Amino acid sequence: MSSLTEKDRPIVQLLLNTGTCPRCILRFCCVGSQTLYRHPYKDLMKDLKEFLKKNQEKEDTVCFDVVDPPCKRIRLEHTAEGPDDVSHNGGLQQIPSVNNENTAVENSAVKVCNVCLGVLQEFCEVDFVKKVCQKVNSADYQFTSFVFSVSLPPQLSVRERAAWLLVKQEMGNLGLSLAKDDIVQLKEAYKWIIHPQLSEELGVPADGKSLFEVSVVFAHPETEEECHFLATACPDCFKPAKNKQSVFTRMAVIKALEKIKEEDFLKHFPCPPSSPKNLCVALEIQCNNGAVFVAGRYNKYSRNLPQTPWIIDGERKLESSVEELISEHLMAEFKADSFNFSSSGREDVDVRTLGNGRPFAIELVNPRRIHFTAEEMKGLQQTINNSSDKIQVRDLQLVTRSAIGRMKEGEEEKTKTYSALIWTDKAIQKEDIAFLDDIKELKLDQKTPLRVLHRRPLAVRCRIIHTMKSEYIDEHHFRLHLKTQAGTYIKEFVHGDFGRTKPNIGSLLNRTADILELDVESVDVDWPPALDN
Amino acid sequence: RICVITLAEAHPLLQSGKTIKSINYQISANCSRLQNKVSGKSKRGAQFLTELAPLCRISSSDGEEYTIYSCIRGRLIEVNENILSNPAILQEKPSTEGYIAVVLPKFEESKSITQGLLTQKEYEEVLLKRLNSSS
Repeated sequence: MSSLTEKDRPIVQLLLNTGTCPRCILRFCCVGSQTLYRHPYKDLMKDLKEFLKKNQEKEDTVCFDVVDPPCKRIRLEHTAEGPDDVSHNGGLQQIPSVNNENTAVENSAVKVCNVCLGVLQEFCEVDFVKKVCQKVNSADYQFTSFVFSVSLPPQLSVRERAAWLLVKQEMGNLGLSLAKDDIVQLKEAYKWIIHPQLSEELGVPADGKSLFEVSVVFAHPETEEECHFLATACPDCFKPAKNKQSVFTRMAVIKALEKIKEEDFLKHFPCPPSSPKNLCVALEIQCNNGAVFVAGRYNKYSRNLPQTPWIIDGERKLESSVEELISEHLMAEFKADSFNFSSSGREDVDVRTLGNGRPFAIELVNPRRIHFTAEEMKGLQQTINNSSDKIQVRDLQLVTRSAIGRMKEGEEEKTKTYSALIWTDKAIQKEDIAFLDDIKELKLDQKTPLRVLHRRPLAVRCRIIHTMKSEYIDEHHFRLHLKTQAGTYIKEFVHGDFGRTKPNIGSLLNRTADILELDVESVDVDWPPALDN
Repeated sequence: RICVITLAEAHPLLQSGKTIKSINYQISANCSRLQNKVSGKSKRGAQFLTELAPLCRISSSDGEEYTIYSCIRGRLIEVNENILSNPAILQEKPSTEGYIAVVLPKFEESKSITQGLLTQKEYEEVLLKRLNSSS
């Protein structure tokens, strides 16, 4: 167990005198033993004091050794006292008077550390852990691990710098050096202490890669203005940005601290840092689950249904939408905050999607429930299908975020097949349309259709109609099946869009043609994987 | 709201006997509608048109020259180059393939512009009145 040695004595004395807490003292002495930080606050304080009192004759020997038996003894005494120890106003536990001369000092309330502002003091205690876990449990999330993220007030970096300069100077006097990187980081030490406690209380391990995030934001209003001197010293680090309330963000402060010269720093900021009156406050404790992705394929049987809600000036133009009909049930089951719907291409309001359907994926943001078996997914699919005859879904399954990329690939690269009901002004006979079946790989030049030109850039698209198959109906109607490249505007291919799509059915047949009905027969993407339902 | 500018039914060029000799999109020394270039969704770089801005000048074989005006305020999106290579469609299909230009008015002006136009019915009434007053 790495611990304090004789050379650390002056530092410990210095820091203790200037109002630094035991754990921060250990950090500045580069003590890397995690277990040591986890020892109860009182024990650490007591042991530090004993370390200082020890005879200086013992050179180079290990002086600071938190041996278990004495600790256990003290802890047992505490458990005997039980809940009385817990002070509910947020103040630190009083160190009970153990037999020594400094009873008077130790009976008073513990001072807030001038470096960590209480983070490594109060916020490592059972009370706070319980508070966090209470919040987590009441939020009712499903999770198997957690990542605990902490946001510290920027002034901590400033105080840390001041403390480092202080210690560096003292060590300089002893002919020793102290690199900034050797000091144990505050956040790291904090996590050493709090992770095991949270883990035990929540019953799941801490994992940096976990999707379930518990985040706490700390603030210290009393010292908020301490960073402001940096703005005069390094003005270019602090540019006001629209989104941020304060220009003194952690990042900006850290950047400025890197730039500022030591002399300038010491001119503006007290070294050692002053002792604050109050502890930090935990502003918010929030929980957030990483998004889950549900994919599937949908069929659209209505000619009156938009894919996304159609709302103009706050007024809904058409009832419901494909995305709402599908997401409604998913939102309820997954208990998410919101969703993002995306699909491999889309169709117009008046176009049906037949065949295997169109691939889609829904991102469910901050879901409370994340585990669903294949059976449950099947049930969910059934629920959606039972709720509407306008759409149907299939192959409903959980997928990863990377799956979205595959789906979007399909949008641009894969072919689609359609069935169009076409009207012509002049009469046609079977022979007049037969030649269409023989045309392969027909190249089209399509200018941006007028119907979307108000919201799309003007451009010319080259698209290919791979194959066509005609079905004669009567002198003015026939059905055309086409297989086309992704991104082809079918309606414009039929009516020509004022001659801006060339060639078009009208030009091929030498007539005026228009489209009466369009159906998507297939979207040739083999994703998501088909399930046996 | 996208607007497509076409010749009105009653336009002299669409009456029988007229043949189109040439169509010119160069409306002044500095301005050719053919050089109109737009980029992006908001159609930046477009020539801005007022109601009386000329789109093109059309000469018929009987020596007459007609200036076609925009009639609408907005950005010029495109002019129909097909009529340059095939002037016949201007007379054969004036309301579809023979269109003159596409204009995109400002979103805020869209409604007021539409209200300032005549409906098909109102136009026909105007034509009737014209016919009656001249006879």
